[in-house]
Amino acid sequence: MKLYCLSGHPTLPCNVLKFKSTTIMLDCGLDMTSTLNFLPLPLVQSPRLSNLPGWSLKDGNAFLDKELKECSGHVFVDSVPEFCLPETELIDLSTVDVILISNYHCMMALPYITEHTGFMGTVYATEPTVQIGRLLMEELVNFIERVPKAQSASLWKNKDIQRLLPSPLKDAVEVSTWRRCYTMQEVNSALSKIQLVGYSQKIELFGAVQVTPLSSGYALGSSNWIIQSHYEKVSYVSGSSLLTTHPQPMDQASLKNSDVLILTGLTQIPTANPDSMVGEFCSNLALTVRNGGNVLVPCYPSGVIYDLLECLYQYIDSAGLSSIPFYFISPVANSSLEFSQIFAEWLCHNKQTKVYLPEPPFPHAELIQTNKLKHYPSIHGDFSNDFRQPCVVFTGHPSLRFGDVVHFMELWGKSSLNTVIFTEPDFSYLEALAPYQPLAMKCIYCPIDTRLNFIQVSKLLKEVQPLHVVCPEQYTQPPPAQSHRMDLMVDCQPPAMSYRRAEVLALPFKRRYEKIEIMPELADSLVPMEIKPGISLATVSAVLHTKDNKHVLQPPPRPAQPTGGKKRKRASDDIPDCKVLKPLLSGSIPVDQFVQTLEKHGFSDIKVEDTAKGHIVLLQEAETLIQIEEDSTHIICDDDEVLRVRLRDLVLKFLQKF
Amino acid sequence: MDPECARLLPALCAVLADPRQPVADDTCLEKLLDWFKAVTEAGSSLLLLQEHPCLVELLFHVLKPQDLSSRILSFALRLAGIFAAQENCFQFLQQGELLPGLFGEPGPLGAAAWAAPSVRSGWIQGLHSLAQHPSALRFLADSGAVDTIFSLQGDPSLFVASAAGQLLVRVLDLALRGPAEGRVCPQAWDWPACARKVVCHLEDCLRSEATPRVTQALHVLTTTFGHCRGLWTQGLWARLSPLVARLLEKDPVPAPHALVDLLLGVARSPVLSSDPGLWETAAQALSRLSPTQAGPLAAGILKLQDCPQALRIQAFSILLQPLAHVLEATAQAPGTPRLLEGAAGDLMAVDTFPPSRSACVGLLCSALAHLELLQPLPQRPSPWPQAPLLAAVVTILRFCNGSAAPSSEAGGRLCAMLVGCVRVQRAALDFLGVLSQGLGPQELVTQVFAILLEYLVSPDSSPTVLKKAFQATLRWLLSSATPPGCCDLEPYAQLVLGELLAVLQKRLCSPCWEVRDSGLEFLTQMTRHWGGQGSFRQALLGSEVPELTRQLLQDPESYVRASAVAAVGQLSSWGLLTAPSSPEHPAVPQKTPLEELLLVLTTDSEGFPRRAVMRVFTEWLRDGYADVAEDPEQSVAPVLRAASRDLDWEVRVQGLELALVFLEQLLGPRGPSTAAPPGALTQALQALCRVQLFEFAFRSLFDCDRPVAQKSCDLLLFLKAKATPSGSQQEVGDGPNVASVEAALRRWQAGEQGQPLGELAPEAVLAVLRSMDLEALRDTLAESSDHVERSPQSLLQDMLATVGVLGDNEADCY
Repeated sequence: MKLYCLSGHPTLPCNVLKFKSTTIMLDCGLDMTSTLNFLPLPLVQSPRLSNLPGWSLKDGNAFLDKELKECSGHVFVDSVPEFCLPETELIDLSTVDVILISNYHCMMALPYITEHTGFMGTVYATEPTVQIGRLLMEELVNFIERVPKAQSASLWKNKDIQRLLPSPLKDAVEVSTWRRCYTMQEVNSALSKIQLVGYSQKIELFGAVQVTPLSSGYALGSSNWIIQSHYEKVSYVSGSSLLTTHPQPMDQASLKNSDVLILTGLTQIPTANPDSMVGEFCSNLALTVRNGGNVLVPCYPSGVIYDLLECLYQYIDSAGLSSIPFYFISPVANSSLEFSQIFAEWLCHNKQTKVYLPEPPFPHAELIQTNKLKHYPSIHGDFSNDFRQPCVVFTGHPSLRFGDVVHFMELWGKSSLNTVIFTEPDFSYLEALAPYQPLAMKCIYCPIDTRLNFIQVSKLLKEVQPLHVVCPEQYTQPPPAQSHRMDLMVDCQPPAMSYRRAEVLALPFKRRYEKIEIMPELADSLVPMEIKPGISLATVSAVLHTKDNKHVLQPPPRPAQPTGGKKRKRASDDIPDCKVLKPLLSGSIPVDQFVQTLEKHGFSDIKVEDTAKGHIVLLQEAETLIQIEEDSTHIICDDDEVLRVRLRDLVLKFLQKF
Repeated sequence: MDPECARLLPALCAVLADPRQPVADDTCLEKLLDWFKAVTEAGSSLLLLQEHPCLVELLFHVLKPQDLSSRILSFALRLAGIFAAQENCFQFLQQGELLPGLFGEPGPLGAAAWAAPSVRSGWIQGLHSLAQHPSALRFLADSGAVDTIFSLQGDPSLFVASAAGQLLVRVLDLALRGPAEGRVCPQAWDWPACARKVVCHLEDCLRSEATPRVTQALHVLTTTFGHCRGLWTQGLWARLSPLVARLLEKDPVPAPHALVDLLLGVARSPVLSSDPGLWETAAQALSRLSPTQAGPLAAGILKLQDCPQALRIQAFSILLQPLAHVLEATAQAPGTPRLLEGAAGDLMAVDTFPPSRSACVGLLCSALAHLELLQPLPQRPSPWPQAPLLAAVVTILRFCNGSAAPSSEAGGRLCAMLVGCVRVQRAALDFLGVLSQGLGPQELVTQVFAILLEYLVSPDSSPTVLKKAFQATLRWLLSSATPPGCCDLEPYAQLVLGELLAVLQKRLCSPCWEVRDSGLEFLTQMTRHWGGQGSFRQALLGSEVPELTRQLLQDPESYVRASAVAAVGQLSSWGLLTAPSSPEHPAVPQKTPLEELLLVLTTDSEGFPRRAVMRVFTEWLRDGYADVAEDPEQSVAPVLRAASRDLDWEVRVQGLELALVFLEQLLGPRGPSTAAPPGALTQALQALCRVQLFEFAFRSLFDCDRPVAQKSCDLLLFLKAKATPSGSQQEVGDGPNVASVEAALRRWQAGEQGQPLGELAPEAVLAVLRSMDLEALRDTLAESSDHVERSPQSLLQDMLATVGVLGDNEADCY
C-alpha cells in the first residue's frame, strides 16, 4: 500500500493511494497562494497600478521591467495570475481509477487533472460539494476572464533569471509548472465526470475495495472517506469540524478501528478560536461603521459567509446597525445564497427542523427580504445605483488579486475610516495587502477556520484509535513562528508518519488476509475434525476462481471418466493432477515425554538444549540432532535413512494426523 | 409557655403519638424541637414535664411496640435528649426507665426502625443533647452506648457518621472536663473509664491500616482540639501525637486532607500550640505530603500568629514552589529573579510538578489563591518576594496565552498544559491585582502593563478573564499614581492609557454582553479616579468611548444598560460627555445626560437600569453635579415623580434616598438634630410640597414592600425632628387640610391606593407629621414580616390544622 503525495499544502491536499489493485486520488486541491506574486487585476482602470515602475536588476539591467513591477518595495509579476498545480510527474495520472472529493475547496484543481492527464476514471463527491464547487470555479473563471490581460509573463520563470529576483519570487517553487486558470468549458467537462454520492453510501470499486463518504462537519456536503477491504480499513480525514456551525455534524464513530488514518485539512490558524474571531469581527465592524467608515470583507462566496451573516443577523439590531446596508457581490452570489437554503438534508439538525416549519434554514433570507442584505453579480449595473455609504461589502477574491474586491481596495484604501477585515485563512493578509501599499485603511485579521485544531485532533485520535496516522509534515512539528508551542502539533502514539510534496510513502501495514468464499456444495463435502475444543480443521481440495477481485473456491471437476480409446483426449478435459495427499499433521511434541520414548527405544546419552524457538534434542552417540520448533521439526542425521525413519516415526507418534 | 400553647399541647401530643395521623412536614417537627429547646433553656425541664404530663406520655407511648413512623421516633429521641439535658429531669426520666428504653438495647437500637438513618441520627442527637452532666456520662458508660457510637462512625449515612464523631467528642469532653479541670496535663491513668475507652478506640483507629478508620479518628481529634479548650487536651495530644506522626511515615500517607486539618486545628488551639513536638510534626507533614496536599497546611501555618521561623520558611517555600518552577521553566539567564534561593531552590526538582494537566492546573491555582490571601496579612512572610512573584505571575499569564518561550523541555510541557487555561488565567489575574499593593522594579511593572494589555486586546480572552484583566489593570493604574494618593497618572500609565481606550472602544462593541458590561464598569471606575486629570480627559475626549457609552444606553441587555447609566453618570459629572455632533442630523439638538437618564427611568422595562439611574441622580445631587446643582428642585421633581410610580421596590427605596439627600441639602445633615430655622423650614416644606414629596412619602409608609415603608418612615422622622425640636411641643394644627390628609392615609392603610392626596400645604404636612406615631410605626416595621407566623402558637395550630383537629375557622393558613 503506497501513498503518493502530490501537494505540499496541508489544507489543499492531493494524494494518491494505491490500495489492493485500485489507484485512488484523495482530493485535488489547488494552491492559489501563487497568485499573491502577481499584480491585482483591476475592474476599472487603475492609474496607480498601471503606473507602477518596472523592476530592474541591481546592475540597472531593466530587461524584466515589462514583466515585473515594483510596489512599496515588493516585486510583482504583471501578468494573468497563475496557479500551482499538484505534482503531475510523480505518478501517471491516467492510471488513477477514481477521485474522491472531500469538500468544495479541495476540488479546485479538478479540471487540470481530468482534462489534461488522460484521466479515464470517475470522480465521487456529494451534491452540495459539486454545486458549490461549481460556483467557486465559475466565480474564479469569471473573475479572471472578465479582465483580459494581453500580456503573459514567462521570462521571469527561467531558472537562471528567477535566482536573481528578490524574495518571495526567488523562492517560489516549481514556477515552470504554474498554469493559467482553466476555462468554463473545461470546468463543465470536469464536473460531468463526477458521480454524486450520499453520506454513508457504500461504493464498490472493482470488487476490491469499498469507499464511503462520511459527514465531516466542515462545510455543506463535506466528507471524510472510508476506504476499506474485508480486512483493512483506511480513513481519510480532510477538512473536518467539531464546532456547531451550519453543516451536519461530523461522524466520528465510523472512523474507529482504522489501520491507517490519513489526516489532512486541520485548521490553518490553530491559535485563533473561531468564536473569538467572530466576536472580533463584529466589534471591529461595528466600530468602523459607527465611525462612518466602510467595511470590506474579502471572502469566498460560500462557507463561513453563511455563518457570518447569521451572526450579523443577531448582532446588527443590538448594535444599532440596522440601517447599515450589507452588500454581497459575486457573480455567483445569488446562486450561493439560494443553494444554501435548499440543501436541507446536509445541514445541522437545528437548521433541518426549520425546513419543516417551514422556514428558510438560514436567516440571510430574512436579511434579504428586509433589504438589509443585497446581492449583486458585480459592481457594474444595479449595484452602482443602490450603493450607499457607510456600508459593509462581502466580496471576493480573498487573495485580493482579482474579483470586485480589487476595486474596493482601490476605492477605500486611502481613508483611515475604512476597514478591511480578513476572515478567510487561506492567504497571508500581509502578502495580500502588499500591492496596495501604502494603505491608510485599517486592516483587521480575524481568520475564521472552523476545521479541527490540535486539541480536537488529539481527542479524536484517542477516540478512534487508528493503528497508524499519516499527515503532512507541517503537522508533526510546531509552526515555525511558534516553535515553543508543543501543543500545536499532532501528538499520537505511535508517532504520525509525515509526508511532503512529491514524496511516496509505503504505508506501514501489510495485508495478511483475503476473503475467499466457498461454494455451498464444496462446504458440504468438508469433514472438519476437532483438534482442540472450538477449533476444527478440514482439508479442502478445490479450484480457486478469481474474477473482479472476488475469490471463490469451487469443487474440483470430477475425475475424467475412462474414455473410449478411440476418442481423442481434448485439451479442455485436462484436469488437475489430484495426487493422493499425505496426511496433515498437527499438535506439539512434549520434549520430556519424547526423551523418555527415545530412551525406551534404546537411545542413550540424550541431551536437550533449549533454544529461542524451541528445543534441540541431541543424540550424541548417534551424532544426530532433532530440532523441535513451534512450526517445524527437523531430524538431522548423517545419511542414516533407517535411523531417520525410526526417529520420524517416533516423532509422528506425538502428532495427530488427518 | 404561654397558656394558649399549653392548651394546644395535649392535642398535639396525641396527634404525634397516633400513627394514623402522619405529620406530613419534617420542618414542623424541627421547629417544634427548636421551640422546646428554647423553653427548656429558659426554665426547668422537670417542671415542664410535671406540668404537662402529656409529654412524658408521648415518650412512653413511643416505647410501645407499634407502627410509628421513623420521623416521630427520631423526634421523640431528640426530645427526650433535650429534656434530659438537665440533671434533675434526667433523673426523673431515669426513674421511669424511660431513658434506657429509648437509648438502650430494648429501644429502637435493636428494632427494625434502626434501619432508618433518621432514627439513628435522632438517637445520636438525643444523646448529644443529654450528655451534659456526670449522670449522663454514667448512663452512657453503663448502657453500652459508646460501642454503638463507635460502630456508627462508619455508618453508610454521612450525616449519621459525622454526628457520631461529634458525639464522641462530646463524650470525651464531658468525661475529661470534670476530673481534669484545673490540673495541668493530667495523666491518662487518671482518666475515667469512659474516656479511656474512647481514647483507646481512637488509638486503634490511628494504628489501623484501613484509611477510613484513620480518617474517622482524625476527624474526631480535629473537632476535639478545635472545640475543646480544656487542659486535658494537652494530655490527649501528648498521648496521640506519636501515632499521628507515625502516619506521616507511611507511604502513601493515609488521609492527607484530614491530617492537615488536624495539624492546623492543633496549631490554632491556644492550649496546644506551645508544644514543640507539634511543629516538628508539621514540618514532617510539609516534607512528606505532595505539594498539592501540603498547600493548605502551608497556607494555614503562615496565617498563624506565632510559629517557628524555620517552619514558616518551609511552609512559604511550599507555596512558592509551583511559581518558582514556572520561573525556572523560562529562565534564560542566571540574572532572572529566583523565588527560592539556596537549599530550598535546589530541592525543587522540575519533575515534581504533576504530570497531568488537571493536577498541574489545580496546584498552580491553589498556590496562587493561597498567596493572594496571604499578601494583605500583617503576618505574611517577610521579606515578601514581590519582584520574583510578579515575574512568576507575568510568566504564568504568558504561558496561558502562548507567548512565553520555555527554556527547557519541562517548560515546553508546562506551556502545553497551561495554554488557554481559563482557570489559571483567572487565578493569576486575581493575584496580579493583589500584587499591585506592593511596588516592583519599573521593568517588571512595564511587563505587567504589557501582559494586561495583551489580555485586554486578545480576542481569545474569555469574558470572565477579561473582567479580571480589567480589574487588575485598574488596581495597577491606581497603584502607579505618583505620589501615592495623588490623582496623577505615572508617565508610563499615561502611555498605556491610549491603548487602553482603543481596547475599550472595541470591547464596548463586543457581541458578548458580559464584555460590554465589564468594559463599562472599567470605564466608570477609571473616570471616578481620573475624571479630573488632564491627560486622562484629553485621551478620553479624543476617543469614541464617550459616544459609544451613550449609545449603550439603548443596549438590548439590561445589565449593560445599567452599567451604561452608571458610566454616563460618571462621565457627565466630570463634563466628559460632550454633546456629539451628529454627522447625519447636525441640526437636531442632542438630549442632555439628565434628559437621557430620565428617559431611561421612565421608559426602561427592566429594573436594573432604572435602579442605576436613581443611584446616579442621588450621587449627582449629593456631589453637586453642575446640571443638577443649578436648580435641584427642578431636576429632582420629575425623578421623584417617576420613582414614586415605579413598580420596582428598589427604585422606590432609591427614590426616597434621593428625597432624603434633597432634604438634607435643604435642612442640614442628619445626626443629633437641631431644628432647622423656621424660615428655612417653611421654604423647604414649600419646596417639598412642590416636588410632591409628601404624597410619595406618605404613600410609601403603607407600601407592601417593607424596605420602602422603612425608608419612608426614616425620611419622615428626619423631617419631623427638623420641624419639632426636642422639648418643644407645638400645638397640633387642625386646619381643613389635615382631616382630609388623615382620611387619605387611613384609606391607603386599608389598601385603597387610588385616592390622590391633592395639593398639600406645609402646615398641614407638619400637623399630620406631629399627629402620626412614626416611632411606633418604625418599631413595627423593624419586626420581620413573618413574626406573627413564626410564633410557637402558630406552629402548634398549623400542625393541628393539617391533621384536622382544629376547626377550619381556627386554622391560621398562610
